Amino acid sequence: MIEKADQIFILLRNWLVSFLPPAWQTAAGVVLGVIGIIAVFPGLFAITTVLERKGIGRMQNRLGPNRVGPFGILQPIADAIKSLTKEDVIPTNADGVVHFLAPVYLVVVAFMGFAVLPVGRNMVLVDMDASLLFYFAMGASTEVSIFMAGWSSRNKYSLLGAMRAVAQMISYEVPLLLSSVVIVMMTGSLSLVKIVEAQNQYTWGLPHWYIFTPWGFAGFIMYAIAGTAETNRSPFDLPEGESELVAGYFTEYSGFKFALFFLAEYLGMLSISGLGTTLFLGGWSAPLAALTWVPSWFWFFSKVMLSIVVFIWIRGTLPRLRQDQLMNFAWKFVIPMTLLNLFVAAIWRFMGEGWLRWIVSSSILIVVYIAVARAGMRRKHFGPRSYRYAD
Amino acid sequence: MGIAFWIVAALTIAGSLAAVLFRNLVHCALALTVAFAGLALLFLQLDAQFAGFVQILVYVGAVAILVVFAILLTRSSETPKDGGVFSTTWLAGLVIAAAIFAVLGWALLQSLAGLAQQSATPSVTVQQIGNALMGRYVLPLEIVASLLTAALIGAVIVALHEKKQEAE
Amino acid sequence: MMTPLAGYLLVAALLFAIGLAGALTRRNAIIVLIGIELMLNAANLNLIAFWRYGPHPEALTGMMFAIFSIAVAAAEAAVGLGLVISIHRHAQTTDLDQMNRMKG
Repeated sequence: MIEKADQIFILLRNWLVSFLPPAWQTAAGVVLGVIGIIAVFPGLFAITTVLERKGIGRMQNRLGPNRVGPFGILQPIADAIKSLTKEDVIPTNADGVVHFLAPVYLVVVAFMGFAVLPVGRNMVLVDMDASLLFYFAMGASTEVSIFMAGWSSRNKYSLLGAMRAVAQMISYEVPLLLSSVVIVMMTGSLSLVKIVEAQNQYTWGLPHWYIFTPWGFAGFIMYAIAGTAETNRSPFDLPEGESELVAGYFTEYSGFKFALFFLAEYLGMLSISGLGTTLFLGGWSAPLAALTWVPSWFWFFSKVMLSIVVFIWIRGTLPRLRQDQLMNFAWKFVIPMTLLNLFVAAIWRFMGEGWLRWIVSSSILIVVYIAVARAGMRRKHFGPRSYRYAD
Repeated sequence: MGIAFWIVAALTIAGSLAAVLFRNLVHCALALTVAFAGLALLFLQLDAQFAGFVQILVYVGAVAILVVFAILLTRSSETPKDGGVFSTTWLAGLVIAAAIFAVLGWALLQSLAGLAQQSATPSVTVQQIGNALMGRYVLPLEIVASLLTAALIGAVIVALHEKKQEAE
Repeated sequence: MMTPLAGYLLVAALLFAIGLAGALTRRNAIIVLIGIELMLNAANLNLIAFWRYGPHPEALTGMMFAIFSIAVAAAEAAVGLGLVISIHRHAQTTDLDQMNRMKG
C-alpha cells in the first residue's frame, strides 16, 4: 500500500500505456512523462508567482495581490489572461527572426533540464550515465538566448543588460560546476539517480545527505550562491534591475513573449532548486528513517518548494550587488573556496571513518574562510552607522 | 542511416553555410551556434554521449559567446561594408576549398569497399573515460591543463597590453 | 553503397570545405576564426565516426582525441579572439584586406 502510493504515477503511466499495442508502448510512456513534466512544473511556477508576490509584500510590510480569488490565490490566471491578450509590440528596427526565436529557445532549454531530475523513486524521465553533464550543458545554452534577446532589440539598454547577464552567468558557471564536482567525486558517478541512491541510507535514523558533511555544507552554500546568480535572481539581478536598466534584456518584449521570459526565469529557479535538492539535500529521500512511508515525490517537491521560499526570502532581504562587486566576488572568493572544498573532500575521503575527519575538514574550511574574508575586507573601513531622517 | 541522420546533417551544413555567407556578423555567430548544436546531435547519434555533451557545454556555452563578445567589442556588427564582405581574392579561396572537397570526396568514394560495416554499439561509461583520462592519457591531460592555463594568461595579457600603452 | 560511416565522413568533408572556404574568402578576421572552428569541428566528427565504426571502440582512443581537440580548440579560439580585439584597438579595423603591410 505504501509502495503503491510511492509509485502511483509510474503505475498510472503503465496502466495508461497498456491500452496501446506493444510497439508503441515505450514511446507513449515517454510522451506521458513529458506531459507530466509540462503539466507539473508550470503549475509550480504559477504557485511560485503568487508565493513570491505575497511573500515579498509581507516582508515589505504591505499586502500582496489580494483581489483575485481568496487571498489572491488565483492571481496567476489573471496574469496569464493579461499576457495573452496584450498587444505584441516589436520595434521597427528590431531583428525579426532573432527577436522571435530568443524566448522560444530559452523556454525549450529551460525545460530540458527537468528531464534528468529524479522526482521520486524510479521517477526520472531519462536515466543517462552522464545526466549531470547534460544538465549543465543545457544551463550553459541559456546564455546564447539571453544575448539573442538583448541584441535583437537594437536598444542600448537591452544590449547592456544582456552583456551584464551573460558575463554574470559565465562567471558563476564555474563555481556552480565546481561545487557539484565535489558531489560527483564523493559518489563516483555523474548519474543523478545514483547520487540520490547514495544519499538514501540512514545511520541512527539520520540520513546520509551530503549537506550534513562539512564539504557538503560548504558546497551547498556555494551552490546556492552560484545558483542564485545563474538565474539572475536578487541579490544578483542587476541585469534586470528595474531601477537601472528599465527591464534589462527584455525591455522590448511585451505580451506573450514577456510571459515566456518570465516562465523561463522561474523554471530556471525551479530547475536549480531541483538540482540542489538532488545533489545536496538527498533528492527524494526522507529526512528520518521513520518517515520513509511518505511517498518519495512528496519529499522532493517539498524540498524544492522550501528552496524556493528561501530564494524569495533572500530576494526580499538583501540589497542588490553592483556588477563589479558581483564579478569580484565570483572570481576572487567563491572559486578559490570551491577549489579548497575539493581538497577538503579529498582529505575527508582518505582519512577513513571516525570523528577526526569531521574536525579536520571543518576546521580547514572555517579557518580559510575567515582568513580570506578578513583579507578581502581589509581595505574597507566601516564607520559607525549614521541615520538621517527626513525633517 | 535513418531520416534523423539526414535531417541533422542538413541542419549542420545549412548552419555552417550560413555562418560563412551572411553579411551580418551576429547572424553568422548564431548560425555557427546552430552548426555546433547539429554537430552535438551527430555525436549523440554516434553513441558518444560524453563528447556530445562536452561539445554543447564548451562550444555552444563558451566559444559561441566568445565569438559574439568579440564581434561586439570590435564593433563589426554595425558599419555596413563598403567593399562587400568578401575579399578581393575570393575566387582563389573558393577554388581551393572546392578542390580539397573534391580530393576528400574522391578518397572517400574510392575506399568505400574497405570501410567497416555496422559494428556493435560500444557501451562507454563515464567511469571508463575517467579511468582512461587518469590512466593511459594522463600526460595529454596535464599538458592540456597547462595549455589552458597558458592560453588564459596569454589572452588576458594580449587584450590588456594595449590599454597600458594608451594610458602612457 | 552508403554505409553509415561514409555518410558521416562525407558530412565532415563538406563541413571542412565550407570552413576552409569561409576562412579563405571573407574579409573580417572573426569570420576567419569561425571558419577555423568549423574545420576543427569537422575533424572531431571524423575522429568520433572512425572511433565508433573502427576496430577497437573499447580503447576509447577516438573519443579521447576528440575531447582533447575540443579543449585545445576552445583555448585557441580565446587567444585568437583576444588577438583580433587587440588588432582592432591598434588599427581600428578588422578588415584583413587592409592589413597587408608588416609595418604597424
